[in-house]
Amino acid sequence: MIAYIFRRILYAIPILIGVNLLTFALFFFVNSPDDMARFHLGLKRVTPQAIAVWKAEHGYDRPLFYNAVAPGVEKLTQTIFYQRSVKLFVFDFGRSDDGRDIGYDISQRMWPSLAIALPTFVVGLAVYISISLMMVFFRATYLDTGGVVLAVVMMSVSMLFYVIGGQYLFSKVLRLVPISGYDTGLSAIKFVILPIAVGVISGIGSGVRLYRTFFLEESSKEYVRTARAKGLSEIRVLFSHVLKNAMIPILTGVVVVIPSLFIGSLILESFFGIPGLGSYTIDAIRSQDFGIVHAMVFLGSVLYIVGLILTDISYTLVDPRVRLG
Amino acid sequence: MPFKPVILWTDALIYLLLAVTVAYGVYAARHEHLRWPWRQVRRNPLAMAALVVLVAYVVVGLADSIHFRMRLDGSQTGVHGTIYSPQVLSALDLLCTPLRTHVEQTYSAPFALHAFTPQLVRRPDGSHVLEYPRLRFAGAGLETPADRARDIAVRSLQAAVESLMLWAAVVGAIAYWQVRQPGESARAVFARMRRGQTDTPWRAMLASLGVVILIIAAVANLGAEYHILGTDQVGQDVLFEAIKSIRTGLLIGTLTTLVMLPFALVMGVMAGYFGGRVDDVIQYIYTTLSSIPSVLLIVAGILSLDLYMANHATSFDNIAQRQDVRLLSLCIILGVTTWTGLCRLLRGETMKLRDMDYIQAAIALGVRSRRIMTRHIIPNVMHIVLINVVLNFSGLVLAEAVLSYIGVGVDPSMNSWGNMINGARMEMARDPVVWWALAAAFLFMFTLVLAANLFADAVRDAFDPRMRK
Repeated sequence: MIAYIFRRILYAIPILIGVNLLTFALFFFVNSPDDMARFHLGLKRVTPQAIAVWKAEHGYDRPLFYNAVAPGVEKLTQTIFYQRSVKLFVFDFGRSDDGRDIGYDISQRMWPSLAIALPTFVVGLAVYISISLMMVFFRATYLDTGGVVLAVVMMSVSMLFYVIGGQYLFSKVLRLVPISGYDTGLSAIKFVILPIAVGVISGIGSGVRLYRTFFLEESSKEYVRTARAKGLSEIRVLFSHVLKNAMIPILTGVVVVIPSLFIGSLILESFFGIPGLGSYTIDAIRSQDFGIVHAMVFLGSVLYIVGLILTDISYTLVDPRVRLG
Repeated sequence: MPFKPVILWTDALIYLLLAVTVAYGVYAARHEHLRWPWRQVRRNPLAMAALVVLVAYVVVGLADSIHFRMRLDGSQTGVHGTIYSPQVLSALDLLCTPLRTHVEQTYSAPFALHAFTPQLVRRPDGSHVLEYPRLRFAGAGLETPADRARDIAVRSLQAAVESLMLWAAVVGAIAYWQVRQPGESARAVFARMRRGQTDTPWRAMLASLGVVILIIAAVANLGAEYHILGTDQVGQDVLFEAIKSIRTGLLIGTLTTLVMLPFALVMGVMAGYFGGRVDDVIQYIYTTLSSIPSVLLIVAGILSLDLYMANHATSFDNIAQRQDVRLLSLCIILGVTTWTGLCRLLRGETMKLRDMDYIQAAIALGVRSRRIMTRHIIPNVMHIVLINVVLNFSGLVLAEAVLSYIGVGVDPSMNSWGNMINGARMEMARDPVVWWALAAAFLFMFTLVLAANLFADAVRDAFDPRMRK
């Protein structure tokens, strides 16, 4: 297993290089560093000197891939690609376009993101699984059909409406929680509770429908019929047989996202004013800060690849037949 | 000519898509293995009722995709020769002329006669007073504001009668057309339709058609005189904005999949068929793409597009053109993030097919690889493509709203539900609340997405072999 994980990490390197090349191409082949400088300095009446100064300040004054004038190895290291991308591999994120240390910002903003994303994930999973198990328990009754209809209706509503509706009802009309904002320590609870609730509710439709099909598929198998035939209660059948065996398809979709919880949710954070990584990214988009977007893309891909490896490992935990080799 | 046609990129693509759909329909009608699952869909009352709604949306979207510039009157401009207005209009704009041109000063509530916000008005005696000014267009034909309730009732009744007559005519025509056995009267067919005993679920379809006709009649009768869903901050009719947003939603939902479909199909099938090096390279490409969180990839793409357009402002002077390029780029970038899933599915399916006897036989007989792929593999993976296209649609429509909200969606000046919701954020904080723009975006989007979800489910159930019992 150790050898397998090691190999998977080695495979990740070319993928991450590809991700970097792609982001780099997106940024610099369509627009030259000069265009970027002009954009940040305000497009009109920008002197060449000002552009040169901006580029030097932000490290965009080197050639893109190959520096012909530099000596030796520096031919490759004194380039924008090396300075901006290769350093990411040792998690040196460099500075953003307005001069802040991206690594420090990320380490600070990670915690509010986790405070929202982790409970949303855990509570959501528990809620979706319980509701869908209940629907399978009452399968082929009006309760089940009504549940499916409700799920389709709920998944047809944009998440934005859950956010706006939740804020309007609980913050403006009932005044139970603040509309947006964040605080450190325990007083954060009143700020995070609404985003978490909205996050869970907005996912109910698709989550419940998906898990219901997993459970239904599992509960139509032979071993479940055998379990019923030998007189086990329906509850027992569902929890100790169906749920256990439906874990494999559930894990496939679930474990992948666990590492990405750090990144947080773009929509929830920006709507509720949570100073996490999601709103960090949105702020970077709004101020057109390439340094930050680039770092977040890289971080996102690393976490996704970690998630894929974790998924494989989790298979071996829930299904003894699976062996990694 | 009184007008000059303008063909935007997205217009051309949407009509290409329409042609492809028609061609597929003709092809499917001639092949039993395709006709069979579609017959399953046709028997599903919920799916067919949803289809009626979808068709109504598509018709609006297509009418909004015929663009032209009107010729300006020579005597007014004082210039010899023909010149055309710089404003690009669509066929839908002409159909909705009263809605489009009845622009008030600022906010007004649904069916209101007076503005929503008070304004300082100067009295004839020189004093100033804060009052709610009368709207310019809403209820312009009324003698006194007190007549409003009666007028609305009369117009609603008129709409109901008109729609009932039109609907009855359609029902009669279908009943007449559905007379199968000689000697059966149209009345008997109608009785069967009413009891839901027809093979095609006419009852469900006609019920949903009735609702669609009623809404159109109501808009036609009331919309010319009132702002049914109020007006927004700049006085634009909200209903008109919501109708104009239909095209954006449909384009995002369909073009995105269409743009990347050829890549996904060719690469997925090639990876599965050839294996080895080809497979490695293609797998590498899609793993790399899918490892980037899709929102961030879209952000990065739109960000560099913004920069490009800002630096090359002269090439995008026409507003319709700028919106169009932005929309198409959004479709392409969204497509890049969504095709990897389809590619992976197609690769897996092709690998399964490749080991089947009929493919092995074709290889043994010396059929060329290209011919095997086009003739034997692609037709047999098309159901995966179809399921994928219909299932993706609703997700993409919803994604547009979210992306427009975080500022990387369609052009901010373009009509879209996302932009409407984005604008409504501030309105919800006002007191009293300006709720109508949000409600309009919600209603239109929810109806489209719900109909698409219901239809997509039926298509998936009919085409997915695993769902067949």
